[in-house]
Amino acid sequence: MTGWTTHTGRAVSLPIDGIDTDQIIPARFMSQPRSKGYGHFLLHDLRDDSDFPLNNPAAKGASILVSGRNFGSGSSREAAVYALVDAGFRAVIAPSFGDIFSSNAVNNGLAPVQLAEEEVNALHRALSNRAMSVSLDIQKGRLTLGEIEFGFHLDPVWTQKLVEGWDDIDLTRAWASKIAAFRSADRAGRDWAWPKRQAKDTAH
Amino acid sequence: MTTRQTLLDKLWSSHEITRRADGVSLLWVDRHLVHEGSHHAFAKLAERGLSVAEPSLTLAVADHYVPVRDRASGGASAQIRDMISRLTRNADAHGIELLGLDDPRQGIVHVVGPELGLTLPGLLINCGDSHTSTHGAFGALAFGIGATEVAHVLATQTIWQKKPPVMRLTFTGRLGPGVSAKDLALNWIAKLGADGARGHALEYTGSLIDGLSMDARMTLCNLSIEGGARFGMIAPDATTLNYIRGRAYAPQGCALDRAEEAWAKLHSDADAGFAREVTIDASEIVPIVTWGTRPDQAAPVTAAVPDDAPEALEYMGLRAGQPIAGTPVDQVFIGSCTNARIEDLRAAAAVLAGRRAQVPGLVAPGSMEVKRQAEQEGLDLIFIAAGLDWVSAGCSMCVGMNGDLVAPGKRCASTTNRNFRGRQGPGARTHLMSPAMVAAAAITGKITDVRPMLAGREVA
Repeated sequence: MTGWTTHTGRAVSLPIDGIDTDQIIPARFMSQPRSKGYGHFLLHDLRDDSDFPLNNPAAKGASILVSGRNFGSGSSREAAVYALVDAGFRAVIAPSFGDIFSSNAVNNGLAPVQLAEEEVNALHRALSNRAMSVSLDIQKGRLTLGEIEFGFHLDPVWTQKLVEGWDDIDLTRAWASKIAAFRSADRAGRDWAWPKRQAKDTAH
Repeated sequence: MTTRQTLLDKLWSSHEITRRADGVSLLWVDRHLVHEGSHHAFAKLAERGLSVAEPSLTLAVADHYVPVRDRASGGASAQIRDMISRLTRNADAHGIELLGLDDPRQGIVHVVGPELGLTLPGLLINCGDSHTSTHGAFGALAFGIGATEVAHVLATQTIWQKKPPVMRLTFTGRLGPGVSAKDLALNWIAKLGADGARGHALEYTGSLIDGLSMDARMTLCNLSIEGGARFGMIAPDATTLNYIRGRAYAPQGCALDRAEEAWAKLHSDADAGFAREVTIDASEIVPIVTWGTRPDQAAPVTAAVPDDAPEALEYMGLRAGQPIAGTPVDQVFIGSCTNARIEDLRAAAAVLAGRRAQVPGLVAPGSMEVKRQAEQEGLDLIFIAAGLDWVSAGCSMCVGMNGDLVAPGKRCASTTNRNFRGRQGPGARTHLMSPAMVAAAAITGKITDVRPMLAGREVA
């Protein structure tokens, strides 16, 4: 994954609270391999409505989504993040996010930028009926839209991960000896925590 | 050792391999549960040529896509059958035990883990499913993760996490007749909001929790995520130990003695501090029903539909001010990791016995073991005599991945966990409620207060 620090792109306003991951990607699309791309599943069933903000020609090519409270609540499906990323989004701006969604977002280079409710509302007002560019600097925690400038606080752990484009599996390898030591101490000290295998051979 | 630790502190420190300068901990994972939806994670492993670090701590369960009616078909469509066979192939390739379609122990992953004794107090349990908090009912550190994290756990048997603050939710008082753990959960979520516990681990305590069965505790912990909490937990006690003893994978003999000694310490110390504290007197709680498209859009069955969410009401086909009770339903569903354990089925059967449903419905037990037990108790005959379909175990109509969908515009009284738009199918209208309340809705064809219907009946 490639990291990023600043991004400027077209923003689209979706002023709805509680956009859950079932809406971001309905379950019926999740059996597809990622290689086929998930972008066209994004908010699929809400887009049946021709007035839906993402159907507006001005939203074409948008890379920043401004939405409502508790964005990405519900199911842990990372496919919700795939749909946003594959549709070209780099950041979602909202007053709050589902916890699992945020983790998944950061693991895929998508920034969950949290602003105060009134700041998000100001963005929605500025973006109503016109396409505008938003600039983000995740390291400095600055967002700019025309005259508007807001500061935001992204968890430093997330910032670093987004900036470096870190992959956890690679990082964790550096701890291999500590993990191995923990494992052997655990087997001895918490033998009850290790399941007894059943006699039944189930693998084949 | 420092004193004044919370249950979360104790669970966290016993799994912490290291902590980075930025405060993020690398935690050891004791149990990793995977299902058909984990295909993205297996694909990530394959891409990088990695193997599974601890196949013996991993269990694969087919649940999200499995057919509950025609098992021999292997799935409702080629795409669905492929999801199930992909899980089989991945489990085989990595030497992971699989509870597949034809395994007598198959069921919903969050029902099967506890049932087999794989879920134990003091364990860290991960699964690529947000309802993994269910296992917290045993005093385990259990939380749902996304596909990238699933791949990480598969490859390393560890996970990076920052310790969340703890919110203690204390329930006092007693549950009235016809009121269940589902009503407790919908009550607190409606009070605090669908993001009310966001960013927190929840610990449920109080005299009322002490008196709950494991099935009821699992329902409560299961729904933690619907109030925004990734973790829900209850300290283990005698009820927990009685449930665990003798289960297939549970420790036995001396190992059990050592385990029980460790488990006895798994509770928040009396003077431990919590980031937030909420106390709810449950005596006032009546059966609750959701009226909107989020789990916090819920109200007592005796209330009227509120007027604060016009879009939700339009989707649900409801008018503000109309009484919730009396709303006609088209069908019912009893199932899911929230409410398809044996006690849930008993509660529904107690209402349905000797009565006939006015609308069609599906009863999908949480596991094949629950199915067998229900059949031993004759509950299947009650459901069938009432006119409901008695089928096999799986997630089924809770999420519709196996093709069991509610048709557009149709209204379903459901024991499940999410009333999101389109959750049970495009355009489907879901009302969440307890198993007893769903049974009452089946009988009258309308959303109905179950309490008067319990008169003179033995309630489980």
